[in-house]
Amino acid sequence: MHADSARFPDNVTAARRDPMLLGALQRLQRDARAGRAEVIARLPEFEALRDAAREIRNGALANLAANLERFEENVIANGGAVHWCRDAAEAGAAVTRICREAGARTVAKGKSMVSEEIALNAALLGAGFDVVETDLGEYVLQLRDETPSHIVIPAIHLTKDQFAETFRDAHDALPEDRSLEEARAITDEARGALRDVFLRADVGITGANFLIAETGSVVIVTNEGNGDLAQSLPRTHIVVTGIEKALGTVEEALTLVRVLARSATGQEISAYTTFATGARRADDAAGPEAFHVVLVDNGRSDLLGGPKREILRCIRCGACQTVCPVYGAVGGHAYGAVYAGPVGSVLTPALSGLETAKHLPEASSFCGACEAVCPVRIPLPRLLRLWRQDAFQAHLGPTALRWGLFAWSALTAWPGAYRAAGAIGGRVLRLLAMGRPRLARLPFAGKWTGGRDLPVPEGGTFVGQWHRRRGK
Amino acid sequence: MSAPRDDILGRIRAANPGPEVPVSPGPVPARGRGEASALRQRFFAGLDMAGVSHATVTSWPGVGAEIERFLAEAGPGGGLVASNDPMLEPCGLDRLPGLRRGAPEAGDGVSITGTVAGIAETGTLMVRSGPDIANALHFLPDTHVAVVDAARIVGAYEDAFALLRAGGAPLPRNVTLITGPSRSSDIERILQIGVHGPRTLHVVVCDAP
Amino acid sequence: MPSDTETRATVGFFATCLVDLFRPSVGFAAARLIERAGYRVVVPRAQSCCGQPGYNSGDRDAARRAARRAVAVFEGFEHVVAPSGSCAAMFVHHFPDLLSDDAGWEGRARALAGKTCELVDFLARVAGWRPEAAPPAAGSITYHDSCAGLRELGIREQPRALIAAAGAPELREMEGPDICCGFGGTFCVKYPAISEAMADKKIDAIEATGADTVVGGDLGCLLHIEGRLSRRGSAVGTSHVAELLAAGSGDGMGGD
Repeated sequence: MHADSARFPDNVTAARRDPMLLGALQRLQRDARAGRAEVIARLPEFEALRDAAREIRNGALANLAANLERFEENVIANGGAVHWCRDAAEAGAAVTRICREAGARTVAKGKSMVSEEIALNAALLGAGFDVVETDLGEYVLQLRDETPSHIVIPAIHLTKDQFAETFRDAHDALPEDRSLEEARAITDEARGALRDVFLRADVGITGANFLIAETGSVVIVTNEGNGDLAQSLPRTHIVVTGIEKALGTVEEALTLVRVLARSATGQEISAYTTFATGARRADDAAGPEAFHVVLVDNGRSDLLGGPKREILRCIRCGACQTVCPVYGAVGGHAYGAVYAGPVGSVLTPALSGLETAKHLPEASSFCGACEAVCPVRIPLPRLLRLWRQDAFQAHLGPTALRWGLFAWSALTAWPGAYRAAGAIGGRVLRLLAMGRPRLARLPFAGKWTGGRDLPVPEGGTFVGQWHRRRGK
Repeated sequence: MSAPRDDILGRIRAANPGPEVPVSPGPVPARGRGEASALRQRFFAGLDMAGVSHATVTSWPGVGAEIERFLAEAGPGGGLVASNDPMLEPCGLDRLPGLRRGAPEAGDGVSITGTVAGIAETGTLMVRSGPDIANALHFLPDTHVAVVDAARIVGAYEDAFALLRAGGAPLPRNVTLITGPSRSSDIERILQIGVHGPRTLHVVVCDAP
Repeated sequence: MPSDTETRATVGFFATCLVDLFRPSVGFAAARLIERAGYRVVVPRAQSCCGQPGYNSGDRDAARRAARRAVAVFEGFEHVVAPSGSCAAMFVHHFPDLLSDDAGWEGRARALAGKTCELVDFLARVAGWRPEAAPPAAGSITYHDSCAGLRELGIREQPRALIAAAGAPELREMEGPDICCGFGGTFCVKYPAISEAMADKKIDAIEATGADTVVGGDLGCLLHIEGRLSRRGSAVGTSHVAELLAAGSGDGMGGD
């Protein structure tokens, strides 16, 4: 499935008919809820750290230009190079050029959502490079020609059997009689196949969780170790990341590290938090000779100057996806976007235009579970509401809804008339119900009665009855 | 300077008309503070939680003996490679048959490295690259044996960075905070230990007087 | 009207559209509880909608009109109480935001926000009221935390404290009482398939407790859950917390 947010309503229907997907989502949400609660209970300072994390990200955004300039200066001082890219095309071209100049054949890729955003694999494959995703989930998705459905658990929509099947199809050397029933065996199969990729790769590409201005460091936070192999073994290390990730100091990053894994996976800290600073030093035993950081704007500087700026605080933990009941009901692919769930419903209209993505900000009950878990306290419902306002002003919604709202708004301006109309509506419903407490079907209300009975009003209005009875 | 760079920085500056603002890091959790003995206990508890086996020896030559015992018991196959970290010099590693020094190779099953620090907060190791350490030693072999100087068990991540950057030393090319062996829950959220990095992480703490 | 207690202050009662048009009995139960807590209740005739349908559909201008109207109608009261977390949250959080660029109205909206409460929050926290112990009612309940009340107004312990003080009925907590039921105002008809899926998860959790009745503080959620329970053929009933507490206080329901 490729980015097509315009098909969200159809995708919802399809997702609701996929029992394997729904089972996976249910497991994810139940486990993650318990996991997060447990890890937070062990850290009394967690809420204070969230406050600090919010302020660190706000400060980073306020100081972004200076942070990026210092970061660049320090990357260059440590033998690296920085490439500034306004959009996906420029970023794809920059990475392609670096790979070409490195004389690369094989490119080992660590997990990077920005690389998904700029469709980097397609660009590199088109230029003739052998690009291999090395994160276990991303690898199986690449073999299946699918996209990630979650920021930190990219293949959450797949079952163990689908992993096994994919490897059977793709790995010619896999003996027929080797069982891939257990997750362990599947993992080992991937480990074996990818080990060879790390060893022969000429270029390693990773994303970045944070950039640090004072040192020129790139921080990645991972569990598998693939990002570390990808930036240690090949001759060239390329980092592809968004401009908003630049922080001031190492200490700021460490505060964010304390909230990141706890929010993302319910771990106290991920297995590996790696700071990479420049290229290998002249006397280093090993390490990449070339170090490139590709900084991608792709709409971020516009967001920075607008009312949805706070979304740029995001540290991509995926907690808002994991907790979201809408995400839990349809999965990530239904959103038809690189970033699914609440954060995606704020980002996608900025990345691919509100007209295409207009359904996404509507796909929220505004329950606020996302904001309640966000480690940097992004007011996601508020930002979604801002998109709804933009859509309303641009007349992107259904005309019927627009007229309905107009009528509603006009009527509520005249409380007496509003109540009289309501009472008449109630009387009609009571007549139709013929004494039953609920209606199973009602013309023009199929969106409600398709799956729910409609409770019938008691009769009269509260305000009317109150004044009749109390005589006031 | 390139046009995209100026464009991007120009747009950022237009969005941020104000001056730079001061930024302070967050609080260091209480679990990252305390007496040396408490920190040591917390460090071990963190290692346990992260699935790291560990042993404590009381002399530097004892480190080699402990690693020999561990290898005999765990019996990992493949080559044995250690870094040239000066920290390992007094550890008596020469007693280990077939030990090579330098960068890891595809056939290596075990690596032995030193550490910058042990961090009590979460049972975390800080490791680095350098002239004496090929970074892949921490990630490529199936088994990683890491030696920690008990005197360098600190409370919080910040404390480890303070040790590393003492005297204004620049950061090495790679610095990694390692907490437990490599892992993934990508397949149906079933935790698998040992995906691309080590399956086994064994820590030897040297508490030499 | 209680004659044995001194009336403490006057409460302007915002009924909410759904109570006004669907369940007047909830309004009477709520008003009765406020009176039992010692307040005089006034129900302004000029009230209508808090503006949520427009606000959440992106029609900011319509929401601003609704906000100004509500401010004008309710600003004269010492307290304003609504039997709904989501409508009360409009007064408390969203009116000041909606009118923030409106010099004549911003201060008035903030003043109103400062004295508006959701019903059980008002009873438990502001009034310090506790229901008299009632003879144990038959059956058991489970409590659904409606999203806006829980996350925008911090209502979680208040209804549980009042229910516990009443001594009955037995409260059986469901798994994830704080998870959205899928109502979400217009969301429930924009995306009925998702809304119903969310209701089903909620109902599974409700039914797993074995409780006879699911109780909540927002009629929107309750009508939605009731509609889905009924469609599923479930025997579980629904009740607004005001009805439960008013019944538990030995008051009965209805007008007077």
